[in-house]
Amino acid sequence: MNPPAVITAENLTKSYGELTAVDGISFEVSAGESFGLLGPNGAGKSTTMKMIGGVSHRTSGKLSIMGLDPETHGPEVRAHLGVVPQQDNLDEELKVRENLIVYGRYFGLPLSYLRPKADELLEFAQLTDKAKSRVDALSGGMKRRLTIARSLINEPKILLLDEPTTGLDPQARHILWDRLFRLKEQGVTLILTTHYMDEAEQLCDRLIVVDKGRIMAEGSPASLIREYSTREVVELRFGSERNTTIGVELEGVGERVETLPDRVLIYADDGESALEQVSARRLRPLTSLVRRSSLEDVFLRLTGRSLVD
Amino acid sequence: MTDAQLPTADHPLRAHSPAVSASRARRWGSFFYAEQVLRVMRGYGWSVFLYSVGQPVAYLFAMGIGLASLVNANSTSVFGGVNYLTFIAPALLVSSAVMTASGDFSYPIMDGFKWRRVFYGPHASPLVPQQIAAGHIMASALKFLVQSVVYFVIVAMFGASPSPWGWVSAIVATVAGLSFGLPLMAYASTITKDSGQFALVQRFIVVPLFLFSGTFFPLDSLPLGVRWIGWISPVWHGTQLGRVFTYGLEESPVLTLTHVVFLVGAAAAGWTLTRRQFVRRMGA
Repeated sequence: MNPPAVITAENLTKSYGELTAVDGISFEVSAGESFGLLGPNGAGKSTTMKMIGGVSHRTSGKLSIMGLDPETHGPEVRAHLGVVPQQDNLDEELKVRENLIVYGRYFGLPLSYLRPKADELLEFAQLTDKAKSRVDALSGGMKRRLTIARSLINEPKILLLDEPTTGLDPQARHILWDRLFRLKEQGVTLILTTHYMDEAEQLCDRLIVVDKGRIMAEGSPASLIREYSTREVVELRFGSERNTTIGVELEGVGERVETLPDRVLIYADDGESALEQVSARRLRPLTSLVRRSSLEDVFLRLTGRSLVD
Repeated sequence: MTDAQLPTADHPLRAHSPAVSASRARRWGSFFYAEQVLRVMRGYGWSVFLYSVGQPVAYLFAMGIGLASLVNANSTSVFGGVNYLTFIAPALLVSSAVMTASGDFSYPIMDGFKWRRVFYGPHASPLVPQQIAAGHIMASALKFLVQSVVYFVIVAMFGASPSPWGWVSAIVATVAGLSFGLPLMAYASTITKDSGQFALVQRFIVVPLFLFSGTFFPLDSLPLGVRWIGWISPVWHGTQLGRVFTYGLEESPVLTLTHVVFLVGAAAAGWTLTRRQFVRRMGA
């Protein structure tokens, strides 16, 4: 039996005047699941997150969080949630540890709980030695970890993460992923928006691919790749002047050829074999690479566009 | 890298249930946010103190003692029979609260919505926008009250509050600060782009109110053309009411009541508009 759904969205729609940011999307998230919304900037991911958090009113459709409607029971819904917004909004004038304590007070938590809890979360976020520092002295990655620690002060069962690693260097991203993975192991339901396919692959059990406010596909990262792409991809670069013309000459190699301004992609289950066929046609790319298919390829297939434009 | 873990089921540290969080936030949310504002203020308490109390005390010395020696030598009748220090002390008390309000209810609001977006942190918690607004207002009101009480004690030590009801002027100053500050907060919460609006407010509203509200001389001594500034000024209404309490200024009871209605009315209207704008801006 599947765990009960903690979030249910049905034909969820949000319009701002003429613009429809979220256009009738439906999905369910089970307890303990790690669920992602993958899509480019402006796809409607953050708007969906705001509606889940009860801080943005939907135009139509149904939405239930832990059995409650966030529009009518905003405080009750948000008391279940931890929220990591896209833009850090820490209290820069307060010390690192104080940020956690103050945030916990919004949940009516007593100081006898908050003081040791703040220390525990600082250790979890690897910020113990920064406890007495001012927030503006922290690096971007540290601020992000502090924001995540802050979101956990009320021991939420559901954690909303809006683009959690945007703007971070690779090392900081990996540290964050590690922390989030630990939370997942402890049974916290993660709802994550991202436009990084590697992040979605690392963290999500299941995801929806969103574009222009609509769901383009839904499934696990592996099943989406299986359904919408081949096992491997050959990336060839012939120089920006020649990619388009050579793309035509490559027709018939592999299952599908996709020509982008900067490279040509050949979708094939056996990338090495496809590369041999390219050589057999006496085409000499400047660089070539055989790699596994990723969610980026799924997105390209579904929308004809790259995730990060 | 450490291997720190979050609490597990057998861990002694447990938060109370979400239902309790929501119930406490619904009841006490404004106070929770006020606590945050006060903690931030504590971080630069000395500069707050020096600005809030040091500045009016400097005025008190310069005007109430320096200038007063010239004024008193000529006449005290024009000041209702009291010496100049007693005349301007309540005015400086009210002006100080209004000036503090012009700072607390302008840039920090822009900071909360736009620059550092600090309002959006609590907004993701069980608090609702109107509680965030109320918390900010309550913390600022407490600040005005503390600075007004400290200032009043100094005034009393100078012997410039002969009436036993003088202490009420500290409350009057607090309300005057809110009656100017809350409409300003309502306006500040509509601003999405800073184009120097607050500097204009400071130069073209706060300064004229300070100068033309019967602060340094009775409003009656101004020509009618500028006297209206005083009539619509929280500084004048607060100052006159303060004078009633500190030295028993004689005026009609209707006028005294008008001061109260004006100050409370402007504060209430400002609070209502602020609340509406916070909900509109954060709950769209």
